[in-house]
Amino acid sequence: MQLLRRFYAALIITVLMPLAMPGGHGAFAQAPKPWEVGMQPAANLIKQKINDLHDLVLWIITLTTIFVAALLVIVMVRFNAKANPIPSKTSHDTGLEIAWTVIPVLLLVIISIPSFRLIYFQDRTPNPDLTIKVVAHQWYWEYAYPDQGDFSIESRYVRDEDLKPGQLRLLDVDNQMVVPIGKNIRILTSSPEVIHSFFIPSLGVQRYAIPGRTIETWFSVDRPGVYYGQCNQICGADHSKMPIAVHAVSEQEFKTWSDQQKKSADAGAPAGVQPRLLAATAPTANQVQR
Amino acid sequence: MADTTHDHAHGHDAHGHDHHDHKPGFVARWFFSTNHKDIGTLYLIFAVVGGVVGGALSEIMRAQLQFPNNHIVTDGQQWNTIITTHGLLMIFFSVMPALIGGFGNWFIPLMIGAPDMAFPRLNNISFWLLPPAFLLICIGLFMGESGSGWTLYPPLSNATYEHGMGMDCTLFALHLAGVSSLLGAMNFITTIFNMRAPGMTMHKLPLFVWASLVTAWLLVLSVPVLAGAITMLICDRNFGTAFFDPQGGGDPVLFQHLFWFFGHPEVYIMILPGFGVVSHVISTFSKKPIFGYLGMVYAMVAIGVVGFVVWAHHMYLSGIDVDTRAYFMGATMVIAVPTGVKIFSWIATMWGGSIEFKTPMLWAIGFLFVFTIGGVTGVVCANAGIDEAIHNTYYVIAHFHYVLSLGAVFSIFCGVYYWMGKMSGRQYPEFWGRVHFWLFFIGVNLTFFPQHFLGLAGMPRRYPDYPDAFAGWNYVSSVGSYISGVSVLVFLYVCFKTFTSKAPVADNYWGEGATTLEWTQTSPPAFHTYTELPRIL
Repeated sequence: MQLLRRFYAALIITVLMPLAMPGGHGAFAQAPKPWEVGMQPAANLIKQKINDLHDLVLWIITLTTIFVAALLVIVMVRFNAKANPIPSKTSHDTGLEIAWTVIPVLLLVIISIPSFRLIYFQDRTPNPDLTIKVVAHQWYWEYAYPDQGDFSIESRYVRDEDLKPGQLRLLDVDNQMVVPIGKNIRILTSSPEVIHSFFIPSLGVQRYAIPGRTIETWFSVDRPGVYYGQCNQICGADHSKMPIAVHAVSEQEFKTWSDQQKKSADAGAPAGVQPRLLAATAPTANQVQR
Repeated sequence: MADTTHDHAHGHDAHGHDHHDHKPGFVARWFFSTNHKDIGTLYLIFAVVGGVVGGALSEIMRAQLQFPNNHIVTDGQQWNTIITTHGLLMIFFSVMPALIGGFGNWFIPLMIGAPDMAFPRLNNISFWLLPPAFLLICIGLFMGESGSGWTLYPPLSNATYEHGMGMDCTLFALHLAGVSSLLGAMNFITTIFNMRAPGMTMHKLPLFVWASLVTAWLLVLSVPVLAGAITMLICDRNFGTAFFDPQGGGDPVLFQHLFWFFGHPEVYIMILPGFGVVSHVISTFSKKPIFGYLGMVYAMVAIGVVGFVVWAHHMYLSGIDVDTRAYFMGATMVIAVPTGVKIFSWIATMWGGSIEFKTPMLWAIGFLFVFTIGGVTGVVCANAGIDEAIHNTYYVIAHFHYVLSLGAVFSIFCGVYYWMGKMSGRQYPEFWGRVHFWLFFIGVNLTFFPQHFLGLAGMPRRYPDYPDAFAGWNYVSSVGSYISGVSVLVFLYVCFKTFTSKAPVADNYWGEGATTLEWTQTSPPAFHTYTELPRIL
């Protein structure tokens, strides 16, 4: 009975979910959707390219699988013991063996070409407009803006009991990472203790945050809205409770926000944030990797 | 070495009869065995135990994930320990013991005409290292202290973040299991190279033996690297070293390189013997020799060799250079080619055959289908660009469970049904075998196919709870897992019916299609087989 109630509760959640207003700002929000079967829609060119490449590969692998399945069905129908009582003795066919070596190679080449282009595009941007240091902690994120006035904010998930209507459980946070739209944002990840992973599906960005390393990547956001992600490398007990929310706003709004943050940082931000930031991410002798 | 065994056998059977098998007493026979068949049986029983415990853990996991905000496993550390133990048990205490320790030990000597392994007593210690290792893993589980994931990455697995003895017990368990595999692999290589009967040239070796040979080489070359990594981790945890601690000049990514240098060949170690089993079964039930024998051999060798140079595709996001990622991506995609050759060769074997759909053949055909799905999603993951969006998500979980929980496990059940009568002298009930197959097939597909969707949509792995949007497919996946769970009970029933059946079983109960040497022996074979050297024509 309890199980049935839980099932109905889950069903209701998944049905009403699309009707809820995530983000709570009336703004566009990119979060996973119930019963989603594909990649999250792209919010920038990187993710668009990822989605496109995945579509290409998906076509190739689907056709391959259907081809194999069809062969299996044909074989089972044509060559079962009743239909074919005398087995043949064929165990070689050079032409066939060449074909099924060469054709997969060609398919892989077709996949490789856009694939290699994509990783070089994703790696870093030659012209970042701003840099954000993403420092992962157990179990929250810290976003530092070194070239916007050297302030940092801490971002923690909103506990179930504190969720406001429209907020998403395990995705919404208290302080979002605010970024300007249409700008190339360089991301530098690190961590003072264990490995985490900074992962935002709709922005097509993921990098580990590794102690002793600073890893560089980049993203941009095309339109205003909130884009959700989660920590994606096992990091201890609350690994599932350190989501990421990127709030992309107009350049003007971003300037206002960052000036405000800088002011409150100068005025005496929560004690220990900045000093700890510097100590935690100071590169050691063999680091600053990409 | 071979002579000693022959003398031993002749000591028992002065006239070369094997009707009067003098089996040792119970303790000597089962605890101090030097018999490859008995040791194989021990491994198979152990693999069932490991699989049931690992499977039970997965049922707990799926029960927790059936609904968002569930309360079956509420503690994150406990969850992390459960998933870690699940992975380690399935890999090291179920799949490997079944395919390598179980079928390898049973059938390599029988297939090459050897009376036993090259080092029969070493074979025994290989097995007996495993039960203590299993207990040590269980200590880690019960203490709730092994919460790093089966990949054991420091710093999380380091003393600061996983304190207590449990993690050290788990690491030491892997040392024991590693030594077990290493000794077994050396035994297999020596046996296969040196103890083939006259006429059994390398190019006449049955494909299961070839598969086991390549697997053994992979073990010999990769397990010591894991052992090194684990030793370094144990030293970091207990003896003040800083191999993986940046504060002491170390690097967490070093562990990742060492681990995956082992870890990637490990997955081929788990599937190659399965390829061997499937080759035998498809050939037997199509009543045709395997299509393109040499191509099959060289495909396995190629998979083994290339499998050693692709490890960093598990590390695309760890800060390795873009050119490095490009290389590993290219190399990884190369492996799809020999694998595809094998799939098409198996189908070509069936083509023109006269196929009987007994239970082993159901598993083999099922294997071809599900392994193809798992293999192609591997091609998706190999692309580092796409991987940025699916790394560590449920897409990866779906991929490796399709190739392992569906691929390798299908091949294990395939071998069990194929060789059950040979090993035990009793045959399984065909009806219940089919019920097992269909229930398991439906169950595991329902469990893991929706996980592709969850991964594409961005659901991370190793999470005990998830955003509400992921509820739908998680529910379906959990229902599938319960169906698979029931099918395992059916399997246990099949075993019960088999071992209580009275009907005698012929030497070759599969007919003209079964052409390898084990089918010339009785079912079950004599305690000592090939007391006279067979000659292969």
